[in-house]
Amino acid sequence: MTFKERVAPVRRDPLAEETPAFTPNEALLEANRCLYCYDAPCIQACPTHIDVPQFIKKIASKNLIGSARTILESNLLGATCARVCPVQELCEGACVLGHEHRPIAIGRLQRFAIDSVTKDLFKPRPPSGKTVALIGSGPASLSCAGELAKLGHEVTIFEKKSLPGGLSTYGIISIREPIDIAVEEARMIERLGVRFEFGIEAQIDDLVGQYDAVFVGAGLGGSPQLGIPGEEDILDGLNYIEASKVDLNSVPVARHVAVIGAGNTAIDCATIAKRLGAETVSIVYRRSEEDMTAYAHEVSFAKNEGIRFDFHSQPIRVLSEDNGVVGLECCRTEPGGLDESGRPISHPIPDSNFVMQVDQVIKAIGQVKHLHRLDTERGFIKVDVNYQTSQRSVYAGGDCIRSHGSASTVMAVQDGKLAAMAIDRQLRGSNG
Amino acid sequence: MADLKTNFAGISSPNPFWLASAPPSNSGHQVHKAFEAGWGGVVWKTIGAPVLNVSNRYGAWHLGGQKMLGINNVELISDRPLEDNLREISEIKRAWPDRAVIVSAMVESTPEAWREIVHRIEDAGADGIELNYGCPHGMSERGMGSAVGQVPEYCEQITQWVTNVAKIPVLVKLTPNVANIVGPARAAIAGGAHGISLINTLNSITGIDLDTFEISPNIGGKGGHGGYAGPAVKPIALNMLASVANDESIRASGVPISGMGGISNWSDAAEFLALGATSLQVCTAVMHYGFRIIADLCDGLSNWMDAKEIKSIEEFRGRSLHRLSTFQDLDLNFKAVARIDPDKCIKCNLCYIACNDTAHQCIDLVSVTGQIVSPGLDFQSSGKQAAIDGRPTPMVRESDCVGCRLCYNVCPVESCIDMVEVPSGRQPKTWAELSNELPEVSHDWNAMKRYREANGIRIH
Repeated sequence: MTFKERVAPVRRDPLAEETPAFTPNEALLEANRCLYCYDAPCIQACPTHIDVPQFIKKIASKNLIGSARTILESNLLGATCARVCPVQELCEGACVLGHEHRPIAIGRLQRFAIDSVTKDLFKPRPPSGKTVALIGSGPASLSCAGELAKLGHEVTIFEKKSLPGGLSTYGIISIREPIDIAVEEARMIERLGVRFEFGIEAQIDDLVGQYDAVFVGAGLGGSPQLGIPGEEDILDGLNYIEASKVDLNSVPVARHVAVIGAGNTAIDCATIAKRLGAETVSIVYRRSEEDMTAYAHEVSFAKNEGIRFDFHSQPIRVLSEDNGVVGLECCRTEPGGLDESGRPISHPIPDSNFVMQVDQVIKAIGQVKHLHRLDTERGFIKVDVNYQTSQRSVYAGGDCIRSHGSASTVMAVQDGKLAAMAIDRQLRGSNG
Repeated sequence: MADLKTNFAGISSPNPFWLASAPPSNSGHQVHKAFEAGWGGVVWKTIGAPVLNVSNRYGAWHLGGQKMLGINNVELISDRPLEDNLREISEIKRAWPDRAVIVSAMVESTPEAWREIVHRIEDAGADGIELNYGCPHGMSERGMGSAVGQVPEYCEQITQWVTNVAKIPVLVKLTPNVANIVGPARAAIAGGAHGISLINTLNSITGIDLDTFEISPNIGGKGGHGGYAGPAVKPIALNMLASVANDESIRASGVPISGMGGISNWSDAAEFLALGATSLQVCTAVMHYGFRIIADLCDGLSNWMDAKEIKSIEEFRGRSLHRLSTFQDLDLNFKAVARIDPDKCIKCNLCYIACNDTAHQCIDLVSVTGQIVSPGLDFQSSGKQAAIDGRPTPMVRESDCVGCRLCYNVCPVESCIDMVEVPSGRQPKTWAELSNELPEVSHDWNAMKRYREANGIRIH
């Protein structure tokens, strides 16, 4: 063995799943800690209302099939949610053991239960003879499609990309959810009898009439325009994450990176840049830390990663030379009156311009809304309590209807599930 | 520092903790190690008739991640040659003169066999002999162990054979596998026993392997009952200890009791002493964690005694015995109700569901605004804050509380639920007194109704 071979470091996947899986022993110990609260607050906190104490007690009794089924009965995307849910804000945040001790690691236990079971747990009902088309294959559509297939309906998902899963597949940093998990979850939905048509950007009008019902779970679009000079040199945050998930080698690695935005996607982009070797990564935000839309635990994670935060800084233009980006010119801001979201409007401070020496700028400033002829509310598709849009037999769920509250995978799953129940009622009602 | 010195029928030890006759006291090497760790005495693993053992001899019962709440075994008495045991016993006694060295014995039921083993044990220098009348497997089928302990006549006869020839104190170890342990205990004393040890192990089967349907543990495709011990048997042992310690004739005899059965820590030990034990024997806890547990046994007991200003074990030994009663002498008019400390309550609401599903339906759920609410979740809302803010608190409806104490038992928070004595407004009255005064209440529900109404007793 040569010296060189001996010292060559074993390169670990820089974006490998961060939280380790529980070993069976760890899971048992943790499951046994659960008090089995009555009408447990974790169930209440979960948007899909998974019977958490029940699935945890089933882990403790080594009834893993029962445990996985308990989870999936409330939430078909239990594998994704176990990884991406902001559990601190949901089930674990409500755990009664959190008062004086450590809450039960509900997310990791859920992951253990789901990952332990490889067989299919549901047998669809006999065919109803009804057909449903779904646009998009993100969490809302997968949840809706799976529930409808279980109820015996003939379900087809139209997905414009080549892989199923939507943001779970393309938009969530691999350290939280590797792409294989999202794809395998979609395969499980497929095995319930759901048909997938890839590479097709289906339009509502083409589907209405051909199918008994349509569900729109198309999510949102790309980043909106900042409207600053040099914007064409800015990378789109979601594209950046997508590249890191589909082909790590395709991600352009830079030395000094600025990420514009203050949400969880901005944090993910900054983390990827840092993990792939950027020396400095700065999150640039025109407001204060308190105004960030990213979860507090995500912000603290980013700080631990060594990501810098430039608050009260507003991008003005991207500076480029022949070889690419050389800087991001910003100005300082100060908070003013509150906007409609209740956050202070930031006002540029005159003569406060400064240049950040960066060679890559990424923006993650939210997503644009699709244009539909359906009625909208603040740009989002408007639905009634049954998730029905302004057009009869056309339903919607997920990020594209999230006009209030923060968008999340688990909310989308709940939308899909409830919409499926409403669609089923409609389809069976029309059956007489 | 409280005095833990113990004198049991003339056998002294620096503390009351002896290794029970069991695998931990199988050899000189082990006993030496135990004495180094601080054990006060040992009851050497039973020597006597020749035996052979099997594999998979220990089964166990685990619960909720807690290992070995109970252990069961089909190990027989010592399978090491008698000579080896006796040589090591004598070496140990020479090396540790201040410790109690008692040797458990079991031989075939003839006076000659017993006389011989007694002499050999005495020659080895042991402080005492313990007659094993408890072993419930293997030996009992050969007419020894519990086959003796279950028949008071045999028990007395064999004890007599031994005490007739023994010059050192003789302890008789009793089996709990009887309807009433007092009979064999009296018989042993009638036979001249100088001390009683209890309890030996209980008949048990620990489980079935659900992959193979084999009895667990599996011994070559078969299995069977074995002797059960460990924390799970402690309440059974305490009851048997109390019934023997409180028996008038046994008490009058002054014969001391060596208590055992699930002692795992100093507070268990103190409870056995409070119910009249003079020395204590430990096995399962040692088999689980090793000899080192003696540190907490001695230290904890001593610290507790210091805090209570108790100077010696003798000062509190048997202190709880006078409180023992039978149901008919309990005060029917003693009333306690559960009270939940809202500051300590973590709102797991286990008390609520236990009371409502299985007890007396007297715990309500109360909302933040003080309204009594129905159980159930709100499927329209989610999130941490909604779950915490909307969570109702359990509250006891004291007027309906029968004081059953179930909620107290299920509450996972230390001293969150308290059973508070409240005046019943009635003079103390036992069932014995009541049924003597009004014999009809014991067989006539109408008479009972009249009595209740006259005395304001409401059944919830």
